[in-house]
Order: sequence, then C-alpha cells, then structure tokens
Amino acid sequence: MELERIPVEIDHCSKTYADGTRGLQPTSLHVEPGEVLALLGPSGCGKTTLLRLIAGLETLDPGGRILFGGQDVTHRPVEQRGVGMVFQSYALFPQMSVAANIGYGLRIRGVSAAEERRAVGELVELTRLTGLEAKRPGELSGGQRQRVALARAVAVRPRVLLLDEPLAALDAKLKEQLREELAELLRRLHITAIHVTHDQQEAMAIADRLAVMRAGSIVQVGRGEDLYRAPAHPFVAEFLGRVNRIERSPESLARGVLTIGGATLTCPPALDQSALLVRPEDIQIGPRQDGWGVARVEQRSFLGDRVQLRLSAAGVPGTLLADAARDTPYRSGDEVGIRIDPQRLMSTAEASA
Amino acid sequence: MRQPTHNRAPFLFAVTALTSLFMIAPMLLSVLAGLVNNYSVGIKSGFTLRWLQEVWDVYGGTVGWSLAIAAASVAATAAIGVPCAYALARSRSRLARAFEELLTLPVAVPGLATALALILAYGQIAAFRQSFAFILVGHIVFTLPFMVRTVASAFQRNDLVALEEAARTLGASFPQRFLGVLVPAVFPAIVAGGLMVFTLSVGEFNLTWMLHTPLTRTLPVGLADSYASMRIEIGSAYTLVFFIVILPVLWALQALAQLMQKRYGT
Repeated sequence: MELERIPVEIDHCSKTYADGTRGLQPTSLHVEPGEVLALLGPSGCGKTTLLRLIAGLETLDPGGRILFGGQDVTHRPVEQRGVGMVFQSYALFPQMSVAANIGYGLRIRGVSAAEERRAVGELVELTRLTGLEAKRPGELSGGQRQRVALARAVAVRPRVLLLDEPLAALDAKLKEQLREELAELLRRLHITAIHVTHDQQEAMAIADRLAVMRAGSIVQVGRGEDLYRAPAHPFVAEFLGRVNRIERSPESLARGVLTIGGATLTCPPALDQSALLVRPEDIQIGPRQDGWGVARVEQRSFLGDRVQLRLSAAGVPGTLLADAARDTPYRSGDEVGIRIDPQRLMSTAEASA
Repeated sequence: MRQPTHNRAPFLFAVTALTSLFMIAPMLLSVLAGLVNNYSVGIKSGFTLRWLQEVWDVYGGTVGWSLAIAAASVAATAAIGVPCAYALARSRSRLARAFEELLTLPVAVPGLATALALILAYGQIAAFRQSFAFILVGHIVFTLPFMVRTVASAFQRNDLVALEEAARTLGASFPQRFLGVLVPAVFPAIVAGGLMVFTLSVGEFNLTWMLHTPLTRTLPVGLADSYASMRIEIGSAYTLVFFIVILPVLWALQALAQLMQKRYGT
C-alpha cells in the first residue's frame, strides 16, 4: 500500500483551556516526510493535547499554525484534515464487523463497494486479520483490536497518522511483542506518523525520533540513542532511563574531579556543575584493585537478566544504583571495587533544546 | 448437613414463601373471579368463559388502542428523545441541566395535574381533544424523561465520545456519524428506554383517565369503567385479558433488549 508522505510543521502552537489552564506552551516542531516521531512524557505533559491539536480535535490559541506538506490546515475541521488516528481505547464501532470498521471511512467518502472490498482485503492481509473479517470488535483480542484500529485509520489514505497511546491498553508481555509488530508495520506503510506515549521503551522501539515533553513544553528532540547518551536536560536523562545523581564537594568542583570511594576521577572540562549524572549500567563493579574506588553493597536485587546493586561509597552522599552481570557473586555487606569512565558522566545543566 | 442448601435458612425460606403467597393470592383470586359463574357462590357455581367474551365484546377495542398508543409512544420518545439526549449529554451549560430537570417534572407532578394543563392549553382544539392523539401526547410527556435519561447516560460514556471522534477523523459529517455510529452504539440503551416507555404507557391510568373521552379509552381506563359499572366477574375477566395481552408483549420486548445487549455490548 503506497501512501503519500508529507512533512508536518507545527509553528508556535499553544493551547489554553476554557478554565485558563495552559495545556501546551507555545511549541514548534518539524516532522520529516515518512518519519515516525514520538511525543514522550509523563501524564499531563501536554503530549496528548499537542496530538489533538494536530488532529484538529482541539482548537489552538490564535497565532499558531499547523502545516501539512506546506499547506496551512490550522483552520480545517478534523473531518477534512486528512489524518488517520488510532485511539487509546481503539474506539472501534461495536456494532460493525471488522471489515465494516476498516471500510467505514471509504464508505463515508462514497467509494464503490467493489473498491472498498479490495482496499479492505489488502489491509486485512497487511495487518494479518485474515479470517476475522466478519467478527465484531467485542470478539477480538486486544492485539487484534489494535490492528483493526490501525487498518481503519490508514484505509482512508491519510496524510498523517496519529497514534494516541496505541499500546497502553495491553498487558506488559503482549505490549513488548506488539511494539515490534507496530514498528514494522509503520515502516512498511512508510507514512508520516506521530505517536504519543508515556513509555520510553515503546517510544525508542517504534519512533525514528523522540520529542521529550514536560509541563506543556518540548524539552529535547532527537534520536532515542542520542537522547539517551547525551541528554540536554536532566529531565530527559531521568525520563529515558535510570540515573544516579552524584553531588560534588566544593573542593572537587574547584579541582574538576569527582571522588568516589577514595578514587579520584578527572572530569571532562565541560562538566562543571556541582552535581553530575551517571547511569547504573555505566558503573563498573569488580574486585578491589589499584586505581578503583571502594564501595559497600547495601542491597542486592536479582532482576533476571542482571543484578542491581545498591552501593554506598565514601565521598558520595546517599547511595548509588549499579547494574552488574547476572552471575555477579557480590552479596550485601561485601566490599567491592567501583569505577566510572569519566566519558560516561552526564551534565545536570539545562542545555537549550 | 446432608442438604446444606435446603436446610440452612428455614426462616428466610418461610418469609419468602409467605411474602410470595401474599402477593400472588390476589392475582390468582382475581383471575379465578373472572372465570367462575358467580363469584359470591364460588367455584361451586362452575367455570365459564362468558365474562371473557363479554369483556372482549365491550372493551376489545381498548386492547388494540392501548398497544398502539404504547408503540407510538416508544416511536415518538425515541424520535424526540434520542437527539435531545445527545444534546444534553454533550452540553455543559447550566441551561441544559435546568432543562433536564424540567423534563423530569411530569414524573413528579401528579398525572392529573399534567392532564389538566394539557386540557387547558389544547382542550379547545376539538379534533385533537377527541382523538387518541391527545392521550398519546400525554403519554409522551410522561414517558419522555425515561427515554432521555437512559439514552443520555449512554451518550455520556467516554467510549462514546471516542467513537464520535474516531468517526470525525475518518471524515464523517454530523448526520453520518450520528445515524451511522452513535445511534447504533447506543441502541441497547434505546431498546431499554423503549421497554420502560412501553410498560409505563400500557399501564398509565391517572393521566389517561383525565384525557380520555367515551370514544377514546385505553385498557386501564376501560378496566376502571368495568369495575365501576359492571359485575365483579367482568372486571376480573378484564384483568385476565390484560395479563394475556400484556405479558407476552413484555416478555418479547425483554428478550429483544437482552439480545441487543448481548449482540452490541462490548
């Protein structure tokens, strides 16, 4: 199925609700043609509001503009905007069969019955729903409903596909499986898509780029890997994974070093903040040895694929989380060697996004 | 202990049995009274279908009219009530809430008062006053809130809001999504509301009694008339006719409502 690929331009869009609350601060965003962009953030960060503005289900504050392929659609009602949307609850029409659900948008447009049958057949095959055409949504599993919702949304050949928490209604195991499937399907459709989620793993698995949002604004936009490795804001670091925050003493700060359990690391010159961040998987644990610091294991949690250790070390207030290999022998109470590659330290400064 | 389910609560069982007997006895006696030759003599006087025949000859017409008015009430409350329920469900204005209260008023106000108001307002229009349409209007006024309330609460559900938005993103205009998506999605609620309207309309007496004319009588009005002016056996036979006519209709409607719920419920 060949779909049109267009860029989406969001230009100074904001949303103030009737009661005066600001759902979205003035936001600008560019989505490349055929790209899958995730709007990622905790609940209440404005990601759904932004998606609904793009869909045309909410009206934006005066001054903002939304362009689809260079065409201003700001004042176009949702019915004529040419978007396909997958809702969190899927919103399948309960009284219609799977085939009737998928073909609904085409019927509304007055497409001939033969053409509708052909298009529905193609989508049923693409979304692996063969044999379920005559079933009603109530008889389908969660994953099947999600695929019907996707097929229905793309049947009308939308210019932009919008996905509102498409996997939130599924249980954890199924979610993991379907997220690969959805990513693959979106690649095959090669359509410009905007995907709202609060799950960072889902966002990284499905989207080409992520826009991390907080309190009604976009904090940083970029590829998942780049955001994970080089977050421009401590919120991005914390939201995309687990991080340790290490406070430095004034002397260490003045000398440009970080001391952990007696060992001294020289920090890259760019890291001149009093607190630094490091991910648990970037803390190395081993036998006590020269040049390494010393830490004490306070708690050991076996997580299946790895062991998570809670450590205390001289010179570090509070405790540190560190990931160790699955077969790591250390128990709580043991003294272990600890080392951090200074290149893995992350800044707590807020770089401008 | 061998039969725990039977022996556990003899007291509760006795209370239930007595209550049931107390409630069923009048119905049985009433039915019996319509089938014996002479009620004051009792069963000894022998059984007869004479009274049933007499009821059918004198009041047979009221059965058809009652059913027709009930069916028309369902159709009219659906036609008026479903759009009204949608508007109320989607509106957040205070005016809409006030209107909803106003709509419920005829349920609280005695039917006699509602009927009197209708007669005062439209009683001068003779053709209207003398037709069954006059009674129908009264029934619609009385039953409309039951349809509107039932359907409005269905429209208010979050999944219905999402269904409408889904239809909009697919390009459906208001009439297309209202008739094609929303009404079918709330159809079980419409059937449930319709069942209530039908039941209320068939049994409605006090409003109808004020609105009827000698030529426009419904079943309950005819029943009152026969109790007041004829032998007790005829009145009782009338009750039997009421049961025979109404029960199958109600059962059929109930079955239909359940079928709808099963078919369309998610």
